[in-house]
Amino acid sequence: MMNDIKEEQQDLPEVVGLKKQFGDGILEVSKSLDCTVVVVRCDRIVEACHYLKDQQGYEQLMDLCGVDMSEYPGFVKEDGRYQVVYNLLSIQHNKRLRLKVQVDARQLVNSVVEVWPTANWFEREAFEMYGVIFNHHPDLRRLLTDYGFEGYPMRKDFPVEGRVEMFFDDEQWRCVYRPNAVENRVLIPKTWPGADRG
Amino acid sequence: MAEIKNYTLNFGPQHPSAHGVLRLVLELDGEVVERAEPHIGLLHRGTEKLFEQKTYLQNVPYFDRFDYVSMMANEHAYALAVEKLMGVEAPERAQYIRVMFAELTRILNHCMWLGAVALDIGAMTVFLYCFREREDIFDFYEEVSGARMHAAYFRPGGVSKDLPDGLLEKIKAFTDTFPGYIDEYETLLTENRIWKQRNVDIAIVDEETALAWGFSGPMIRSSGVAWDLRKTQPYDVYDKMEFDIPVGATGDCYDRYLVRVEEMRQSNEIIRQCIEWLLDNPGDIKSRDGRLSSPDRADMKDDMETLIHHFKYFSEGYHVPAGEVYTAVEHPKGEFGVYLVSDGSNKPYRMKVRAAGFAHLEALDYMCRGHMIADVVAILGTQDIVFGEVDR
Repeated sequence: MMNDIKEEQQDLPEVVGLKKQFGDGILEVSKSLDCTVVVVRCDRIVEACHYLKDQQGYEQLMDLCGVDMSEYPGFVKEDGRYQVVYNLLSIQHNKRLRLKVQVDARQLVNSVVEVWPTANWFEREAFEMYGVIFNHHPDLRRLLTDYGFEGYPMRKDFPVEGRVEMFFDDEQWRCVYRPNAVENRVLIPKTWPGADRG
Repeated sequence: MAEIKNYTLNFGPQHPSAHGVLRLVLELDGEVVERAEPHIGLLHRGTEKLFEQKTYLQNVPYFDRFDYVSMMANEHAYALAVEKLMGVEAPERAQYIRVMFAELTRILNHCMWLGAVALDIGAMTVFLYCFREREDIFDFYEEVSGARMHAAYFRPGGVSKDLPDGLLEKIKAFTDTFPGYIDEYETLLTENRIWKQRNVDIAIVDEETALAWGFSGPMIRSSGVAWDLRKTQPYDVYDKMEFDIPVGATGDCYDRYLVRVEEMRQSNEIIRQCIEWLLDNPGDIKSRDGRLSSPDRADMKDDMETLIHHFKYFSEGYHVPAGEVYTAVEHPKGEFGVYLVSDGSNKPYRMKVRAAGFAHLEALDYMCRGHMIADVVAILGTQDIVFGEVDR
Protein backbone atom coordinates (compact mmCIF):
# COMPACT_ATOMS: atom_id res chain seq x y z
CA MET A 1 0.00 0.00 0.00
CA MET A 2 3.03 2.25 -0.21
CA ASN A 3 1.64 3.83 -3.34
CA ASP A 4 -1.07 5.38 -1.19
CA ILE A 5 1.38 7.99 -0.08
CA LYS A 6 0.76 11.30 -1.72
CA GLU A 7 3.05 14.27 -2.00
CA GLU A 8 1.50 16.24 0.82
CA GLN A 9 1.97 13.55 3.44
CA GLN A 10 5.55 13.05 2.44
CA ASP A 11 6.04 16.66 3.36
CA LEU A 12 4.62 16.38 6.87
CA PRO A 13 7.66 16.95 9.08
CA GLU A 14 6.75 14.21 11.54
CA VAL A 15 6.34 11.65 8.77
CA VAL A 16 9.62 12.64 7.16
CA GLY A 17 11.29 12.59 10.56
CA LEU A 18 9.83 9.20 11.47
CA LYS A 19 11.03 7.69 8.21
CA LYS A 20 14.47 9.14 8.60
CA GLN A 21 14.75 8.02 12.19
CA PHE A 22 13.20 4.59 11.96
CA GLY A 23 13.56 3.54 8.30
CA ASP A 24 11.89 0.18 7.90
CA GLY A 25 10.32 0.52 11.34
CA ILE A 26 7.65 2.56 9.56
CA LEU A 27 5.57 0.06 7.66
CA GLU A 28 2.99 2.25 6.00
CA VAL A 29 1.89 5.84 5.78
CA SER A 30 -1.56 6.72 4.55
CA LYS A 31 -4.04 9.52 4.72
CA SER A 32 -7.30 9.00 6.54
CA LEU A 33 -10.24 11.38 6.40
CA ASP A 34 -9.14 13.24 9.48
CA CYS A 35 -5.39 12.84 9.77
CA THR A 36 -2.32 10.92 8.69
CA VAL A 37 -2.05 7.30 9.77
CA VAL A 38 1.34 5.75 10.37
CA VAL A 39 1.75 2.02 10.90
CA VAL A 40 4.77 1.39 13.07
CA ARG A 41 6.54 -1.91 13.49
CA CYS A 42 5.69 -3.42 16.84
CA ASP A 43 9.18 -3.23 18.36
CA ARG A 44 9.74 0.45 17.53
CA ILE A 45 6.57 1.94 18.97
CA VAL A 46 7.99 3.32 22.20
CA GLU A 47 10.91 5.02 20.47
CA ALA A 48 8.56 6.42 17.84
CA CYS A 49 6.31 7.82 20.56
CA HIS A 50 9.25 9.32 22.41
CA TYR A 51 10.38 10.92 19.18
CA LEU A 52 6.94 12.32 18.38
CA LYS A 53 6.46 13.67 21.87
CA ASP A 54 9.88 15.17 22.40
CA GLN A 55 10.74 16.40 18.93
CA GLN A 56 7.50 16.81 17.02
CA GLY A 57 5.36 18.33 19.75
CA TYR A 58 2.74 15.61 20.18
CA GLU A 59 2.26 16.29 23.87
CA GLN A 60 -0.94 14.37 24.32
CA LEU A 61 -2.09 10.82 23.82
CA MET A 62 -5.81 11.33 23.49
CA ASP A 63 -6.86 7.78 22.91
CA LEU A 64 -5.44 4.31 22.74
CA CYS A 65 -7.55 1.36 21.76
CA GLY A 66 -7.45 -2.10 20.36
CA VAL A 67 -9.20 -3.31 17.23
CA ASP A 68 -9.82 -6.91 16.28
CA MET A 69 -9.33 -7.07 12.53
CA SER A 70 -10.21 -10.74 12.10
CA GLU A 71 -13.59 -10.09 10.48
CA TYR A 72 -12.59 -7.05 8.48
CA PRO A 73 -13.02 -7.62 4.73
CA GLY A 74 -9.69 -8.39 3.12
CA PHE A 75 -7.99 -9.32 6.37
CA VAL A 76 -4.95 -11.53 6.00
CA LYS A 77 -3.53 -13.38 8.95
CA GLU A 78 0.02 -12.24 8.27
CA ASP A 79 -0.92 -8.64 9.08
CA GLY A 80 -1.63 -9.57 12.68
CA ARG A 81 -5.10 -9.97 14.07
CA TYR A 82 -5.06 -7.01 16.43
CA GLN A 83 -4.33 -3.38 15.94
CA VAL A 84 -3.40 -1.04 18.71
CA VAL A 85 -4.38 2.46 17.68
CA TYR A 86 -2.84 5.56 19.21
CA ASN A 87 -4.56 8.89 18.57
CA LEU A 88 -2.09 11.66 19.26
CA LEU A 89 -2.73 15.35 19.59
CA SER A 90 -0.28 18.18 19.28
CA ILE A 91 -1.56 21.24 21.05
CA GLN A 92 1.27 23.52 19.98
CA HIS A 93 0.88 22.65 16.29
CA ASN A 94 -2.88 22.00 16.47
CA LYS A 95 -2.85 18.71 14.63
CA ARG A 96 -3.51 15.07 15.12
CA LEU A 97 -1.72 11.93 14.13
CA ARG A 98 -2.72 8.30 14.34
CA LEU A 99 -0.25 5.54 15.00
CA LYS A 100 -1.01 1.88 14.57
CA VAL A 101 0.70 -1.29 15.60
CA GLN A 102 -0.34 -4.64 14.20
CA VAL A 103 0.15 -7.72 16.33
CA ASP A 104 -1.16 -11.22 16.72
CA ALA A 105 -2.21 -12.66 20.05
CA ARG A 106 1.25 -13.93 20.94
CA GLN A 107 3.19 -10.76 20.27
CA LEU A 108 3.91 -8.28 23.00
CA VAL A 109 3.54 -4.55 22.49
CA ASN A 110 5.82 -2.36 24.50
CA SER A 111 3.93 -0.07 26.80
CA VAL A 112 4.00 3.68 26.21
CA VAL A 113 3.26 4.50 29.86
CA GLU A 114 6.79 5.86 30.16
CA VAL A 115 5.97 8.39 27.43
CA TRP A 116 2.48 9.39 28.50
CA PRO A 117 1.34 8.24 31.96
CA THR A 118 -2.26 8.43 30.77
CA ALA A 119 -1.63 5.36 28.60
CA ASN A 120 -1.83 3.25 31.75
CA TRP A 121 -5.58 2.79 31.88
CA PHE A 122 -6.03 2.84 28.12
CA GLU A 123 -3.58 -0.05 27.80
CA ARG A 124 -5.25 -1.90 30.63
CA GLU A 125 -8.53 -1.56 28.79
CA ALA A 126 -7.06 -2.74 25.49
CA PHE A 127 -5.54 -5.70 27.33
CA GLU A 128 -8.74 -6.78 29.02
CA MET A 129 -10.89 -6.29 25.95
CA TYR A 130 -8.62 -7.91 23.36
CA GLY A 131 -5.93 -9.78 25.27
CA VAL A 132 -3.16 -7.69 23.75
CA ILE A 133 -0.30 -7.84 26.23
CA PHE A 134 1.65 -4.71 26.93
CA ASN A 135 5.22 -5.34 27.91
CA HIS A 136 6.73 -3.33 30.77
CA HIS A 137 3.33 -2.05 31.82
CA PRO A 138 3.47 -1.23 35.54
CA ASP A 139 0.12 -2.72 36.47
CA LEU A 140 -1.56 -4.76 33.75
CA ARG A 141 -4.84 -5.87 35.32
CA ARG A 142 -8.46 -5.92 34.26
CA LEU A 143 -10.07 -2.52 34.47
CA LEU A 144 -13.73 -2.45 33.50
CA THR A 145 -14.98 -6.01 33.68
CA ASP A 146 -16.07 -7.80 36.83
CA TYR A 147 -13.57 -9.07 39.38
CA GLY A 148 -12.57 -12.50 38.13
CA PHE A 149 -14.00 -12.08 34.64
CA GLU A 150 -12.73 -14.58 32.09
CA GLY A 151 -12.22 -13.98 28.40
CA TYR A 152 -11.64 -10.99 26.15
CA PRO A 153 -15.09 -9.55 25.49
CA MET A 154 -14.37 -7.26 22.55
CA ARG A 155 -12.85 -9.99 20.42
CA LYS A 156 -15.02 -10.76 17.46
CA ASP A 157 -15.38 -14.40 18.50
CA PHE A 158 -16.69 -13.50 21.96
CA PRO A 159 -20.50 -13.79 21.93
CA VAL A 160 -22.34 -10.54 22.55
CA GLU A 161 -24.63 -12.16 25.10
CA GLY A 162 -21.60 -13.41 27.06
CA ARG A 163 -20.70 -16.84 28.33
CA VAL A 164 -21.96 -16.68 31.91
CA GLU A 165 -24.76 -14.98 33.75
CA MET A 166 -25.00 -14.00 37.38
CA PHE A 167 -27.85 -15.01 39.62
CA PHE A 168 -28.59 -15.13 43.31
CA ASP A 169 -28.39 -18.60 44.75
CA ASP A 170 -30.92 -18.99 47.59
CA GLU A 171 -29.18 -22.03 49.04
CA GLN A 172 -25.72 -20.52 49.18
CA TRP A 173 -27.17 -17.09 49.87
CA ARG A 174 -24.80 -15.34 47.50
CA CYS A 175 -24.36 -14.41 43.85
CA VAL A 176 -22.94 -17.12 41.64
CA TYR A 177 -22.25 -17.49 37.94
CA ARG A 178 -23.81 -20.12 35.72
CA PRO A 179 -23.55 -20.79 32.00
CA ASN A 180 -25.53 -18.28 30.01
CA ALA A 181 -29.00 -19.34 28.95
CA VAL A 182 -29.66 -16.25 26.82
CA GLU A 183 -29.56 -16.70 23.08
CA ASN A 184 -28.26 -14.06 20.75
CA ARG A 185 -30.98 -12.64 18.55
CA VAL A 186 -29.93 -10.86 15.43
CA LEU A 187 -32.83 -8.66 14.39
CA ILE A 188 -31.06 -6.84 11.60
CA PRO A 189 -28.36 -8.79 9.81
CA LYS A 190 -25.18 -7.12 8.74
CA THR A 191 -25.33 -6.21 5.05
CA TRP A 192 -23.19 -4.53 2.47
CA PRO A 193 -24.47 -2.21 -0.24
CA GLY A 194 -26.24 -4.01 -3.04
CA ALA A 195 -26.27 -7.35 -1.21
CA ASP A 196 -30.06 -7.64 -1.41
CA ARG A 197 -30.15 -6.92 -5.12
CA GLY A 198 -28.62 -10.24 -6.04
CA MET B 1 1.09 9.81 72.21
CA ALA B 2 -0.97 7.22 70.47
CA GLU B 3 0.73 5.40 67.67
CA ILE B 4 -0.68 6.18 64.23
CA LYS B 5 -0.69 3.39 61.72
CA ASN B 6 -1.20 3.41 57.98
CA TYR B 7 -4.47 1.96 57.03
CA THR B 8 -6.53 1.33 53.93
CA LEU B 9 -9.96 2.78 53.50
CA ASN B 10 -12.58 1.65 51.07
CA PHE B 11 -14.62 4.53 49.66
CA GLY B 12 -17.74 3.73 47.68
CA PRO B 13 -19.16 2.31 45.47
CA GLN B 14 -22.29 3.37 47.35
CA HIS B 15 -21.25 6.73 48.65
CA PRO B 16 -23.16 9.90 47.84
CA SER B 17 -20.08 11.88 46.91
CA ALA B 18 -18.58 9.12 44.77
CA HIS B 19 -20.59 10.62 41.87
CA GLY B 20 -22.02 7.33 40.83
CA VAL B 21 -20.36 4.02 41.28
CA LEU B 22 -16.73 4.71 42.01
CA ARG B 23 -14.91 2.41 44.36
CA LEU B 24 -11.82 4.07 45.69
CA VAL B 25 -9.23 2.28 47.76
CA LEU B 26 -7.38 4.88 49.79
CA GLU B 27 -4.15 4.25 51.59
CA LEU B 28 -3.94 6.69 54.44
CA ASP B 29 -1.29 7.87 56.79
CA GLY B 30 -3.45 9.35 59.51
CA GLU B 31 -5.66 11.69 57.50
CA VAL B 32 -3.23 12.14 54.63
CA VAL B 33 -3.81 10.22 51.43
CA GLU B 34 -0.75 8.28 50.32
CA ARG B 35 -2.32 6.46 47.42
CA ALA B 36 -5.75 6.46 45.84
CA GLU B 37 -6.67 3.61 43.60
CA PRO B 38 -9.93 3.93 41.70
CA HIS B 39 -11.75 0.72 40.87
CA ILE B 40 -14.00 1.45 37.96
CA GLY B 41 -16.23 -0.59 35.74
CA LEU B 42 -19.21 -0.99 38.05
CA LEU B 43 -21.32 0.71 35.42
CA HIS B 44 -19.69 -1.06 32.48
CA ARG B 45 -22.41 -2.02 30.02
CA GLY B 46 -20.32 -3.17 27.09
CA THR B 47 -21.67 -0.42 24.88
CA GLU B 48 -18.76 -0.69 22.47
CA LYS B 49 -19.60 -4.34 21.90
CA LEU B 50 -23.27 -3.48 21.39
CA PHE B 51 -22.37 -0.83 18.80
CA GLU B 52 -21.04 -3.57 16.58
CA GLN B 53 -24.42 -5.32 16.60
CA LYS B 54 -26.57 -2.26 15.88
CA THR B 55 -27.14 -0.18 12.80
CA TYR B 56 -25.85 3.36 12.69
CA LEU B 57 -29.24 4.84 13.49
CA GLN B 58 -29.84 2.44 16.37
CA ASN B 59 -26.56 3.53 17.90
CA VAL B 60 -27.64 7.13 18.44
CA PRO B 61 -29.50 6.59 21.74
CA TYR B 62 -26.55 4.74 23.24
CA PHE B 63 -24.63 7.97 23.11
CA ASP B 64 -27.10 9.70 25.40
CA ARG B 65 -26.22 7.15 28.00
CA PHE B 66 -22.50 7.76 28.06
CA ASP B 67 -22.29 11.00 29.87
CA TYR B 68 -25.86 11.10 31.03
CA VAL B 69 -25.74 14.71 32.16
CA SER B 70 -24.65 16.09 28.78
CA MET B 71 -26.56 13.93 26.40
CA MET B 72 -26.57 15.92 23.20
CA ALA B 73 -22.87 16.69 23.37
CA ASN B 74 -22.17 12.96 23.10
CA GLU B 75 -24.46 12.57 20.13
CA HIS B 76 -22.70 15.48 18.50
CA ALA B 77 -19.40 13.60 18.27
CA TYR B 78 -21.11 10.55 16.81
CA ALA B 79 -23.12 12.52 14.28
CA LEU B 80 -19.96 14.28 13.11
CA ALA B 81 -18.06 11.00 12.82
CA VAL B 82 -20.68 9.37 10.63
CA GLU B 83 -21.09 12.50 8.53
CA LYS B 84 -17.38 12.66 7.95
CA LEU B 85 -17.17 9.07 6.80
CA MET B 86 -20.13 9.56 4.48
CA GLY B 87 -18.86 12.85 3.15
CA VAL B 88 -22.05 14.64 4.08
CA GLU B 89 -22.40 17.98 5.75
CA ALA B 90 -25.44 18.90 7.79
CA PRO B 91 -27.47 21.88 6.51
CA GLU B 92 -26.58 25.19 8.06
CA ARG B 93 -29.75 25.47 10.11
CA ALA B 94 -29.14 22.04 11.58
CA GLN B 95 -25.61 23.10 12.46
CA TYR B 96 -26.90 26.17 14.27
CA ILE B 97 -29.48 24.10 16.11
CA ARG B 98 -26.80 21.63 17.11
CA VAL B 99 -24.46 24.33 18.35
CA MET B 100 -27.29 25.94 20.30
CA PHE B 101 -28.24 22.69 21.97
CA ALA B 102 -24.63 21.71 22.53
CA GLU B 103 -24.22 24.93 24.48
CA LEU B 104 -27.47 24.44 26.36
CA THR B 105 -26.11 21.04 27.23
CA ARG B 106 -22.92 22.63 28.50
CA ILE B 107 -24.94 24.78 30.85
CA LEU B 108 -26.93 21.72 31.84
CA ASN B 109 -23.75 19.86 32.64
CA HIS B 110 -22.06 22.67 34.49
CA CYS B 111 -25.19 23.31 36.57
CA MET B 112 -25.26 19.68 37.57
CA TRP B 113 -21.56 19.80 38.33
CA LEU B 114 -21.75 22.97 40.36
CA GLY B 115 -24.72 21.80 42.37
CA ALA B 116 -23.24 18.40 43.09
CA VAL B 117 -19.80 19.70 44.03
CA ALA B 118 -21.19 22.39 46.27
CA LEU B 119 -23.32 19.75 47.94
CA ASP B 120 -20.31 17.50 48.45
CA ILE B 121 -18.41 20.33 50.04
CA GLY B 122 -21.32 21.30 52.21
CA ALA B 123 -23.29 24.04 50.48
CA MET B 124 -26.82 22.80 50.12
CA THR B 125 -28.47 25.83 48.56
CA VAL B 126 -26.45 25.90 45.35
CA PHE B 127 -27.77 22.47 44.48
CA LEU B 128 -31.35 23.70 44.63
CA TYR B 129 -30.55 26.83 42.64
CA CYS B 130 -28.77 24.90 39.89
CA PHE B 131 -31.49 22.34 39.55
CA ARG B 132 -34.02 25.10 39.03
CA GLU B 133 -32.24 26.12 35.81
CA ARG B 134 -31.64 22.55 34.75
CA GLU B 135 -35.37 22.07 34.83
CA ASP B 136 -35.82 24.82 32.24
CA ILE B 137 -33.27 23.24 29.94
CA PHE B 138 -34.89 19.85 30.31
CA ASP B 139 -38.10 21.48 29.14
CA PHE B 140 -36.30 22.65 25.98
CA TYR B 141 -35.01 19.13 25.48
CA GLU B 142 -38.51 17.81 25.83
CA GLU B 143 -39.91 20.27 23.33
CA VAL B 144 -37.52 19.30 20.56
CA SER B 145 -37.18 15.58 21.16
CA GLY B 146 -39.98 14.43 23.41
CA ALA B 147 -37.53 13.21 26.03
CA ARG B 148 -36.25 15.17 28.97
CA MET B 149 -32.87 13.52 29.15
CA HIS B 150 -32.05 10.91 26.56
CA ALA B 151 -33.00 12.95 23.58
CA ALA B 152 -31.52 11.13 20.54
CA TYR B 153 -31.95 14.47 18.82
CA PHE B 154 -28.68 14.95 16.92
CA ARG B 155 -28.68 12.46 14.09
CA PRO B 156 -26.04 11.85 11.47
CA GLY B 157 -27.00 14.35 8.79
CA GLY B 158 -28.60 16.97 11.01
CA VAL B 159 -31.19 16.82 13.75
CA SER B 160 -34.32 14.73 13.94
CA LYS B 161 -36.97 17.47 13.97
CA ASP B 162 -37.14 21.19 13.43
CA LEU B 163 -37.68 23.42 16.44
CA PRO B 164 -41.32 23.74 17.49
CA ASP B 165 -42.95 27.18 17.25
CA GLY B 166 -42.20 29.46 20.12
CA LEU B 167 -39.25 27.50 21.46
CA LEU B 168 -36.67 30.06 20.37
CA GLU B 169 -38.52 32.76 22.28
CA LYS B 170 -38.51 30.60 25.37
CA ILE B 171 -34.80 29.91 25.07
CA LYS B 172 -34.21 33.60 24.50
CA ALA B 173 -36.09 34.41 27.68
CA PHE B 174 -33.94 31.86 29.46
CA THR B 175 -30.71 33.42 28.18
CA ASP B 176 -31.93 36.83 29.35
CA THR B 177 -32.37 35.66 32.91
CA PHE B 178 -29.60 33.10 33.15
CA PRO B 179 -26.62 35.46 33.65
CA GLY B 180 -28.46 36.79 36.69
CA TYR B 181 -28.73 33.26 38.01
CA ILE B 182 -25.01 32.70 37.52
CA ASP B 183 -24.48 35.83 39.61
CA GLU B 184 -26.61 34.19 42.26
CA TYR B 185 -24.42 31.09 42.26
CA GLU B 186 -21.38 33.27 42.47
CA THR B 187 -22.65 35.27 45.42
CA LEU B 188 -23.12 31.99 47.21
CA LEU B 189 -19.71 30.58 46.38
CA THR B 190 -17.03 32.73 44.80
CA GLU B 191 -16.11 34.75 47.86
CA ASN B 192 -17.47 32.24 50.31
CA ARG B 193 -14.89 31.57 53.01
CA ILE B 194 -15.64 27.87 53.38
CA TRP B 195 -15.75 27.34 49.63
CA LYS B 196 -12.36 28.97 49.27
CA GLN B 197 -10.85 27.04 52.15
CA ARG B 198 -11.96 23.82 50.54
CA ASN B 199 -10.87 24.67 47.00
CA VAL B 200 -8.02 27.15 46.81
CA ASP B 201 -4.65 25.45 46.31
CA ILE B 202 -6.19 22.00 46.38
CA ALA B 203 -4.88 19.58 43.74
CA ILE B 204 -2.73 21.97 41.75
CA VAL B 205 -1.92 20.53 38.34
CA ASP B 206 0.71 22.31 36.29
CA GLU B 207 0.63 22.56 32.54
CA GLU B 208 3.10 19.82 31.78
CA THR B 209 1.42 17.30 34.06
CA ALA B 210 -2.00 18.14 32.68
CA LEU B 211 -0.73 17.45 29.16
CA ALA B 212 0.96 14.20 30.11
CA TRP B 213 -2.15 12.88 31.83
CA GLY B 214 -4.29 13.57 28.77
CA PHE B 215 -6.38 16.29 30.39
CA SER B 216 -8.79 18.22 28.21
CA GLY B 217 -11.61 20.69 28.46
CA PRO B 218 -11.96 22.82 31.60
CA MET B 219 -9.36 20.68 33.36
CA ILE B 220 -6.57 21.64 30.99
CA ARG B 221 -7.74 25.22 30.57
CA SER B 222 -7.60 25.80 34.31
CA SER B 223 -3.97 24.65 34.18
CA GLY B 224 -3.24 27.54 31.84
CA VAL B 225 -3.45 25.93 28.40
CA ALA B 226 -5.72 27.93 26.12
CA TRP B 227 -7.05 24.94 24.25
CA ASP B 228 -10.64 24.62 23.18
CA LEU B 229 -11.66 22.48 20.24
CA ARG B 230 -14.48 24.88 19.48
CA LYS B 231 -11.82 27.46 18.63
CA THR B 232 -8.85 25.42 17.50
CA GLN B 233 -10.57 22.71 15.47
CA PRO B 234 -14.01 24.18 14.94
CA TYR B 235 -16.85 21.93 13.90
CA ASP B 236 -20.34 22.88 12.75
CA VAL B 237 -20.73 26.66 12.97
CA TYR B 238 -18.48 27.34 15.94
CA ASP B 239 -16.15 29.28 13.67
CA LYS B 240 -18.93 31.85 13.23
CA MET B 241 -19.48 32.30 16.93
CA GLU B 242 -17.91 34.93 19.07
CA PHE B 243 -16.87 33.79 22.50
CA ASP B 244 -13.91 33.74 24.83
CA ILE B 245 -12.05 30.87 26.39
CA PRO B 246 -11.51 31.28 30.11
CA VAL B 247 -8.09 30.12 31.23
CA GLY B 248 -6.97 29.47 34.79
CA ALA B 249 -3.78 30.64 36.43
CA THR B 250 -2.88 28.20 39.20
CA GLY B 251 -4.64 25.02 38.15
CA ASP B 252 -6.24 24.32 41.52
CA CYS B 253 -9.81 23.32 42.28
CA TYR B 254 -10.84 26.93 42.68
CA ASP B 255 -9.58 27.78 39.18
CA ARG B 256 -11.50 24.89 37.74
CA TYR B 257 -14.60 26.25 39.43
CA LEU B 258 -14.02 29.74 38.02
CA VAL B 259 -13.34 28.41 34.53
CA ARG B 260 -16.56 26.42 34.48
CA VAL B 261 -18.63 29.30 35.76
CA GLU B 262 -17.21 31.59 33.10
CA GLU B 263 -17.88 28.91 30.49
CA MET B 264 -21.54 29.04 31.40
CA ARG B 265 -21.58 32.76 30.67
CA GLN B 266 -19.83 32.22 27.34
CA SER B 267 -22.23 29.43 26.42
CA ASN B 268 -25.08 31.76 27.15
CA GLU B 269 -23.63 34.22 24.65
CA ILE B 270 -23.24 31.53 22.00
CA ILE B 271 -26.85 30.50 22.47
CA ARG B 272 -27.97 34.09 21.97
CA GLN B 273 -26.03 34.34 18.72
CA CYS B 274 -27.58 31.09 17.50
CA ILE B 275 -31.10 32.23 18.34
CA GLU B 276 -30.59 35.43 16.43
CA TRP B 277 -29.56 33.53 13.32
CA LEU B 278 -32.19 30.82 13.67
CA LEU B 279 -35.05 33.29 13.97
CA ASP B 280 -34.27 34.73 10.52
CA ASN B 281 -33.24 31.62 8.64
CA PRO B 282 -35.70 28.80 8.19
CA GLY B 283 -34.53 25.86 6.13
CA ASP B 284 -33.60 22.21 6.10
CA ILE B 285 -32.70 20.55 9.35
CA LYS B 286 -31.58 17.27 7.87
CA SER B 287 -29.28 16.54 4.98
CA ARG B 288 -31.12 15.82 1.76
CA ASP B 289 -28.81 12.88 1.16
CA GLY B 290 -31.25 9.98 0.89
CA ARG B 291 -28.90 7.66 2.72
CA LEU B 292 -29.12 9.68 5.90
CA SER B 293 -32.71 10.90 5.85
CA SER B 294 -36.03 9.20 5.74
CA PRO B 295 -38.32 10.45 2.98
CA ASP B 296 -41.24 12.83 3.45
CA ARG B 297 -44.31 11.17 4.84
CA ALA B 298 -46.51 12.84 2.22
CA ASP B 299 -44.41 11.40 -0.63
CA MET B 300 -44.73 7.93 0.78
CA LYS B 301 -48.48 7.92 0.23
CA ASP B 302 -48.27 7.68 -3.53
CA ASP B 303 -44.78 6.50 -4.36
CA MET B 304 -43.74 2.88 -4.00
CA GLU B 305 -39.99 3.55 -4.11
CA THR B 306 -40.26 6.15 -1.39
CA LEU B 307 -42.12 3.69 0.79
CA ILE B 308 -39.39 1.11 0.23
CA HIS B 309 -36.79 3.74 1.01
CA HIS B 310 -38.54 4.52 4.27
CA PHE B 311 -38.75 0.86 5.18
CA LYS B 312 -35.14 0.19 4.29
CA TYR B 313 -33.96 3.29 6.13
CA PHE B 314 -35.47 2.18 9.39
CA SER B 315 -34.89 -1.57 9.06
CA GLU B 316 -31.64 -2.24 7.27
CA GLY B 317 -30.26 1.22 7.86
CA TYR B 318 -27.67 2.95 5.75
CA HIS B 319 -24.25 1.76 4.69
CA VAL B 320 -21.27 3.81 5.65
CA PRO B 321 -18.25 3.68 3.32
CA ALA B 322 -15.28 1.73 4.61
CA GLY B 323 -12.72 3.82 6.40
CA GLU B 324 -11.81 5.14 9.78
CA VAL B 325 -12.12 8.48 11.43
CA TYR B 326 -11.48 10.03 14.81
CA THR B 327 -13.72 12.97 15.57
CA ALA B 328 -13.60 14.92 18.77
CA VAL B 329 -15.87 17.58 20.17
CA GLU B 330 -15.44 19.98 23.02
CA HIS B 331 -17.70 18.17 25.40
CA PRO B 332 -18.55 19.97 28.66
CA LYS B 333 -16.12 17.66 30.43
CA GLY B 334 -13.32 17.75 27.91
CA GLU B 335 -12.50 16.06 24.66
CA PHE B 336 -15.10 13.49 23.76
CA GLY B 337 -13.80 11.49 20.83
CA VAL B 338 -15.31 8.81 18.66
CA TYR B 339 -12.94 6.54 16.78
CA LEU B 340 -15.10 4.87 14.18
CA VAL B 341 -13.92 2.07 11.91
CA SER B 342 -16.35 1.12 9.18
CA ASP B 343 -16.12 -1.90 6.91
CA GLY B 344 -18.72 -0.57 4.48
CA SER B 345 -21.69 -2.35 6.04
CA ASN B 346 -24.71 -1.04 7.92
CA LYS B 347 -23.11 -1.55 11.33
CA PRO B 348 -19.91 -0.07 12.73
CA TYR B 349 -16.99 -2.46 12.63
CA ARG B 350 -15.44 -0.92 15.72
CA MET B 351 -16.34 2.20 17.60
CA LYS B 352 -14.21 3.40 20.46
CA VAL B 353 -15.41 6.19 22.63
CA ARG B 354 -12.79 8.37 24.19
CA ALA B 355 -14.27 9.87 27.31
CA ALA B 356 -12.67 12.84 28.99
CA GLY B 357 -13.57 11.59 32.44
CA PHE B 358 -11.65 8.38 31.90
CA ALA B 359 -8.34 10.21 31.58
CA HIS B 360 -9.19 12.62 34.37
CA LEU B 361 -10.13 9.90 36.82
CA GLU B 362 -6.92 8.11 36.01
CA ALA B 363 -5.04 11.13 37.32
CA LEU B 364 -6.98 11.05 40.59
CA ASP B 365 -4.16 9.18 42.28
CA TYR B 366 -1.70 11.87 41.22
CA MET B 367 -4.00 14.69 42.31
CA CYS B 368 -4.91 13.19 45.69
CA ARG B 369 -1.46 12.28 46.95
CA GLY B 370 -0.47 14.28 49.97
CA HIS B 371 -3.90 15.78 50.43
CA MET B 372 -6.23 15.22 53.34
CA ILE B 373 -8.98 12.66 53.03
CA ALA B 374 -11.66 15.37 53.01
CA ASP B 375 -10.03 16.84 49.90
CA VAL B 376 -10.57 13.61 47.98
CA VAL B 377 -14.22 14.52 47.69
CA ALA B 378 -13.39 18.02 46.48
CA ILE B 379 -10.90 16.66 43.92
CA LEU B 380 -13.27 14.01 42.69
CA GLY B 381 -15.95 16.65 42.34
CA THR B 382 -13.72 19.08 40.49
CA GLN B 383 -12.95 16.46 37.85
CA ASP B 384 -16.62 16.34 36.92
CA ILE B 385 -16.77 12.58 36.77
CA VAL B 386 -19.80 10.82 35.37
CA PHE B 387 -19.61 7.08 35.34
CA GLY B 388 -21.67 6.56 32.26
CA GLU B 389 -18.76 7.74 30.16
CA VAL B 390 -15.91 6.43 32.31
CA ASP B 391 -17.19 2.87 32.34
CA ARG B 392 -18.98 2.88 28.98
